[in-house]
Amino acid sequence: MAGNVTDAIVLDGVHKRYGEKRALDGLDLTVGAGTVHAVLGPNGAGKTTAVRIMSTLLRPDAGRVTVAGLDVRERASDVRRRIGLLGQHAAVDEQLGGRQNLEMFGRLYHLGARRAGSRADELLERFGLADTGRKAVKQYSGGMRRRLDLAASLITEPDVLFLDEPTTGLDPRGRAEVWGAVRSLVGGGTTVLLTTQYLEEADQLADRISLIDDGRAAAEGTSDQLKALVGGDRIDVVLRDASRLAEAAALLGSPGSLLDPDRRLISAPAPDRMAALTGAVRALQEAGIEAEDIAVRRPTLDEVFLSLTGRPGGGEPVGEQAVRETKAAA
Amino acid sequence: MSATTTAIPGQGGPGQGALGREGGAARLTWALADSWTMTRRELAHWARQPVAVLVNLAFPVMLLLMFTYLVGGGRGVQGDPTEFLVPGMLALTMAFGLESTMLAVTQDLNKGVIDRFRSLPMVPGAVLVGRSAADMLQSTAALAVMAGVGYAVGWRWHNGAAAALGAVGLLLLLRFAMLWVGIQLAMVAGRPELVSAVQILVWPVGFLSNVFATPATMPGWLGAVVEWNPMSATATAVRELFGNPGGATGSWAAEHAQLLAVLWPVAIIAVFFPLTVRKFARLSR
Repeated sequence: MAGNVTDAIVLDGVHKRYGEKRALDGLDLTVGAGTVHAVLGPNGAGKTTAVRIMSTLLRPDAGRVTVAGLDVRERASDVRRRIGLLGQHAAVDEQLGGRQNLEMFGRLYHLGARRAGSRADELLERFGLADTGRKAVKQYSGGMRRRLDLAASLITEPDVLFLDEPTTGLDPRGRAEVWGAVRSLVGGGTTVLLTTQYLEEADQLADRISLIDDGRAAAEGTSDQLKALVGGDRIDVVLRDASRLAEAAALLGSPGSLLDPDRRLISAPAPDRMAALTGAVRALQEAGIEAEDIAVRRPTLDEVFLSLTGRPGGGEPVGEQAVRETKAAA
Repeated sequence: MSATTTAIPGQGGPGQGALGREGGAARLTWALADSWTMTRRELAHWARQPVAVLVNLAFPVMLLLMFTYLVGGGRGVQGDPTEFLVPGMLALTMAFGLESTMLAVTQDLNKGVIDRFRSLPMVPGAVLVGRSAADMLQSTAALAVMAGVGYAVGWRWHNGAAAALGAVGLLLLLRFAMLWVGIQLAMVAGRPELVSAVQILVWPVGFLSNVFATPATMPGWLGAVVEWNPMSATATAVRELFGNPGGATGSWAAEHAQLLAVLWPVAIIAVFFPLTVRKFARLSR
């Protein structure tokens, strides 16, 4: 399918405004066929607007959007035959049973009554819902509902699958269920575009990640490439006594340190892992500053987000928001 | 599919050939098939919730019995008050159908299932056709139940089957007009709280009609307002066709009730049908 199309999704300078509010402000995005691409951004960054445009639910004001090689404005109904959409709200009929839902959507994909029925059974089996296919969806757990929603998005084995915040509002178990289901799709040739506020989710599932902010792409790359943008590894030192934070940060010596008094934490760039670790231990010992914990780690996507946008990414523990850049340390 | 089906060059993968661009005849076939699928969806809802269906049917029956035996509807009418009340209640039931349409559409819009439908390669109007088919079926059933109960409490029609069928036609025409008002309100308002507001507001509108009492007993200005209520036109016309007492007032609106019972709904449909179709197509703006 779509054999010679190497880019499954291309957005070129896409604008969309609602009244005065600019939801998308020149968004560019390219997603290679057969890859999993995460669009990561805080609430209101324009993620959902972008997905609704790509999946033909919304018209862009300006810019070009092609999905599976087809222009979404000119070929909307052809695009719809090649995509699956998992929206933010479970887009299934809660009053009907799981199987009734899938069969109905199959008919609406014009599979014909018999094929729609057999496809419904296949998908229920595949997503572990065969036993509960007759139950009304409103009796399903959040994770089951999401899996049914995902099954409904896969009725025609779409070339491109859109997942708009697929795990928002799910408990950890439901999240694991959905992640498992998404991973099982990869390798089947389906291109997956997922939006998320959860940095971990992007890290776990995606080949490439686009950070978007204020309706524009702020950065794009693999998880490692993005983390390298904030200067590679970091060393975290937790002190026993918060009042000596600034002193300790000066000893560690590198510019770009972050201080978090609440957690008594210094986080400094560590271009050379071993040198940073041994250097820090020695310097703190000589100055008589007691450390509770010292560790070298990869930067988090949240730090990438912070450094690119000046604001923390959404969906993470509040602690990160207390991290402040220090000028005194430099 | 037919010979008019054309594959899209380089895009038709396995299982997709049959889904290429259809010609006119094939499009019509799919439009009918999709509409049927959407109607089946509503029928399946009923099968899943028989109690809710029964409650919906019982509610107007309860109103009818209440106004017949408790409240004393049909006051000031020359003739049998029950014969006056039953056709009025039929018209009221049709007009109140507005609520159930609005509620169903609002629920769909808020659940995101409409987004799924819109992202499918189905004929978009099928969503609206399914809604109208189901609501019209439900209302026809409601009319049958109400007529049965009405018969039990002493209501009769006197002008033969043809006139009675004409009356049923006028009632369903009013319901069809309310259907489009209901869908439009749901798409404009779109929130469950506003459905409750409409569920309350239909009552004063319902009482500002000649359903329960003849305008002859009302102050002049109020009687005039009441007579020009579209529901009053249908109620009066249906009373005439059934041969039931109409509480004649001699006004122009009362004398031309059958004409108004056609014109009002047609005018409402002429306004709201295009608005609704346009609004539905513009969900993508």
